[in-house]
Amino acid sequence: MIEILYLVCAVAFIIGLRRLSGPRTARSGNLLAALGMLGAVVITFVDENILNWETVAAGLAVGAGLGAWGAVRVQMTAMPQMVAAFNGLGGIASALVAAAAVVEREIASVPIEVSVTILVSTVIGAVTFTGSFIAFGKLQGIVTGKPLVFPGQKFINGTLGAAAAGIGLWTLTTGHEGGYWVLSGIALLIGVLAVLPIGGADMPVVISLLNSFSGLAAASAGFVIGNNALIIGGALVGAAGLILTIIMTEAMNRSLANVLFAGFGSGDGGVGAATMSDRPVKRATAEDAAIALGYATSVMIVPGYGLAVAQAQHATRELATALEEKGATVHYAIHPVAGRMPGHMNVLLAEADVPYDQLLDLEQADPLLQQTDVVLILGANDVVNPSARDDPTSPIYGMPILNVDRAATVIVVKRSLAPGFAGIDNPLFYDPKTLMYFDDAKQALEDTLVALREM
Amino acid sequence: MSELVVGITVFVLAAFVGFEVITKVPPTLHTPLMSGANAISGVTVIGAVTAAGLGAGSLAEILGFLAVVAATVNVVGGFLVTDRMLRMFRRPRQPKPDKT
Repeated sequence: MIEILYLVCAVAFIIGLRRLSGPRTARSGNLLAALGMLGAVVITFVDENILNWETVAAGLAVGAGLGAWGAVRVQMTAMPQMVAAFNGLGGIASALVAAAAVVEREIASVPIEVSVTILVSTVIGAVTFTGSFIAFGKLQGIVTGKPLVFPGQKFINGTLGAAAAGIGLWTLTTGHEGGYWVLSGIALLIGVLAVLPIGGADMPVVISLLNSFSGLAAASAGFVIGNNALIIGGALVGAAGLILTIIMTEAMNRSLANVLFAGFGSGDGGVGAATMSDRPVKRATAEDAAIALGYATSVMIVPGYGLAVAQAQHATRELATALEEKGATVHYAIHPVAGRMPGHMNVLLAEADVPYDQLLDLEQADPLLQQTDVVLILGANDVVNPSARDDPTSPIYGMPILNVDRAATVIVVKRSLAPGFAGIDNPLFYDPKTLMYFDDAKQALEDTLVALREM
Repeated sequence: MSELVVGITVFVLAAFVGFEVITKVPPTLHTPLMSGANAISGVTVIGAVTAAGLGAGSLAEILGFLAVVAATVNVVGGFLVTDRMLRMFRRPRQPKPDKT
């Protein structure tokens, strides 16, 4: 009977996720999944022999309070680090469930298949925990967003991986509890070392992958306590995270291994930078931008991470509205890896009240660029770099880009001429049809709007 | 079949269901999908509740308590923040809103 009730909760997760795939049904889907979760907790409370319910209730209350506080307070621009933090907490929870099983039931006394799942749950959960918090630190700016690469890094990581495997086997065969705790420590360390060498712009991949891991951690905790709701819920999340990971790596035309291990953007790729940076660019002022935009009948806005940094989503929307009032059509072209997590730009623009039918993905937007009068690039760089199309020696060659240089005029709003995260110079900036507007995105948009109104 | 094999069967089938259900999510909803899925991964709270309730004063109780806190932050925060995001997604404009 209890099994059936858990199954009902798992089905709520599945239908909830299904409904999350359409904008109209998404909110109810999220609610349904949340109800499934509430149901699962209630069932556990009733069914399990909870000896000290005060402890459990206190934990639930503290967690709910902290979670709600974070969810209400977080700014939309900080959503990637928020998701990273939640991911990490899910991971450590699964590892702690396994650890509690170890202290409760003596690892030597449980059947081998249970002890295997305990180790798997601990390792995945611990890696997810520290990996997510390093990602959090990078996104929050506490840890440098640049890839941290040092000599012998791969050797150290390889040695740690081998040590973890050896100690894991030893723990399983001898049932020695000390081995379990050493293994947990190594797993925590591996999470740190695995994410440190990954650059900020690769975060969409990392967050997706850690999301998948948090699901796998939950599923393996499900094996430890023998609960199908955990296994199903965890498997669903593992699949969801993996799909997003694949979409992100494809949008970069790179393999997952390359993202994780190459230390991409650590500087080796920037060969062209020195030779090209001396070339002249056409600088633009707010007035120049306003004139170009004011006479355009079609405008495509390409947002990037710079938009999030500058908190410029509302200013963007205001300028777009002003242009629409002048009779222009305005769309937004959103590259899959723009920003720091999948869909990051969409959420920001939704916050600024941009209707989602104006948000075009790569396949929808790219064909329209040829007939676009003005492309306005706000803090995006690598995703509009024509080298990815034209220069076989470029490190990002083959990455699908928005071919903005096919539009009549391009305005790039950017703080400086510094190359993007990948350390690759962008020929777009030196294109005769490109106007470079050097300023903070929010400031630039506000000034352009003033200039536009004065026209 | 042993419990482990049953578990693996459930896991594999659920993963396939997950792939089928999620493949067609439009990019616009990638962030809410991720944070919603993230909240679901907090289902480990069930295991945490079980562990924390094992008995007073034990180390397992402390570990369980920490697990309950972490998983509940994940669940409650995840679902709430997803809802907050989804509330912002406006429908395509109706034939000219009354805004001037």
